[in-house]
Amino acid sequence: MANEMKLTGYRRENGQVGVRNYVAIIPVDDISNSAVEGVGHLIRDTLPLPHPYGRLQFGEDLDLHFRTLIGTGRNANIAAAIVIGIEPKWTQKIVDGIAETGKPVAGFSIERYGDLKTIEMAARKAKEFVQYAGELQRVPIKWGDIIMSAKCGESDTTLGLASNPAIGRLLERFVAQGGSAIFGETSETTGGEDVIADSAINDTVRKEFVKVFQDYQDFIMGTGADLFGSQPTEGNIRGGLSTIEEKAMGNIQKKGRNKLTSVLQPAEEPKGPGMHFMDSSSAAAEMVTLCAAGGSVLHFFTTGQGNIIGNPIIPVMKITANPLTIATMSEHVDVDLSAMLRLEMNLEQAADAVMDVMAHTINGRLTAAEALKHNEFVLTKLYRSA
Amino acid sequence: MKHGALMHEPEDDVAVVVADTPAGTEIQAVTLDGKEVTTVKASQDIPLGHKIAVRDVAVGKDVIKYGRPIGRASAEIRKGSHVHTHNLKSKRWA
Repeated sequence: MANEMKLTGYRRENGQVGVRNYVAIIPVDDISNSAVEGVGHLIRDTLPLPHPYGRLQFGEDLDLHFRTLIGTGRNANIAAAIVIGIEPKWTQKIVDGIAETGKPVAGFSIERYGDLKTIEMAARKAKEFVQYAGELQRVPIKWGDIIMSAKCGESDTTLGLASNPAIGRLLERFVAQGGSAIFGETSETTGGEDVIADSAINDTVRKEFVKVFQDYQDFIMGTGADLFGSQPTEGNIRGGLSTIEEKAMGNIQKKGRNKLTSVLQPAEEPKGPGMHFMDSSSAAAEMVTLCAAGGSVLHFFTTGQGNIIGNPIIPVMKITANPLTIATMSEHVDVDLSAMLRLEMNLEQAADAVMDVMAHTINGRLTAAEALKHNEFVLTKLYRSA
Repeated sequence: MKHGALMHEPEDDVAVVVADTPAGTEIQAVTLDGKEVTTVKASQDIPLGHKIAVRDVAVGKDVIKYGRPIGRASAEIRKGSHVHTHNLKSKRWA
């Protein structure tokens, strides 16, 4: 089936391939959101990405902030980007990171101009960028040209039985075509971490995974908190999952039989094809935002009880096998795999069904989350600010 | 749909019911490739997606799903009973 799909996308200046074509307006910090939204109101087809952070962060947390915003601008779904910050230095740092891709990018800082003058200058540039982006053409692409990601949410037992193995089968086909896929959710491998570690392509990658996993375990134990109700969540428990081990074994089915190719920092881009583990939270909007900053242009989101998350820059496909969720929340569902629970659809057929919707999505059909304007852009913050 | 519950591995202690299952209902538990493992009568109401015990598990013993322990029995588990947070506890983060 992979060879029969006729796929189109946008090939960017650096050769990366996107499936959407946005002009992003990115604030460096929380207090620049007003200017960013001001530009968004004035210029059609711009994508403002307001967020609550970016001041007085430091160390690893600041590095992640920059990596996420730069990665967002670099994402191949973005044709061009405007960056607005309160002062010029951090603004320029983000502009420079995005500019490496060769795509059009411009930065504006508010001090010594004020919001109104900044908005005017940025809006004039944004107008140029949307006119530029509008002329870019979709071209034929190969499936393996893109980066994709997968994560589940509001999980229940149907994920381990049906939708996650289906994504696993699809990602086996994708990696075989030379594709690059990202999965993660560090805490949610607890109870299945040996399975991930044993699938590493070599001992270095295995050790990297074990370290990332153990660091998170130490962090959890160090808080002295009981995670029951948070991981598994109350939604998971309502759906029938009883322990983190049970949830993890369902979660990791998404990897399929792929080898673990590398371990990525949060928001880090994979260096080549294969199946990459990104050290990340299981909170849906945070994790998908990190995957997008790591270069994913399309996300598979399997759900049991009905997580409704979307992302502004990448299409998030919602896949479920839970018949109650399909009956009560159908507007959020892109692929119905409930026939798997009736044993009327096998794993190969399920992977085919997801691939069919995926091909339409790559070619421009809006996902349920896109149509419903689910634009959750949520930065991961590692610790409190100075 | 003849089966009422699905199992990952034939040696699992639990099966997942694929529809709301009222107490007293007798259901077939099958593996994902459709092989029947056992027939079990629900001793309690079990909601869609929740687990039913397909064999007894003594207190303190591992509960097996995916062919692996997913926690330990914190109360006596009888074949046919609902297995969830009231009688199954994680062995991690504790």
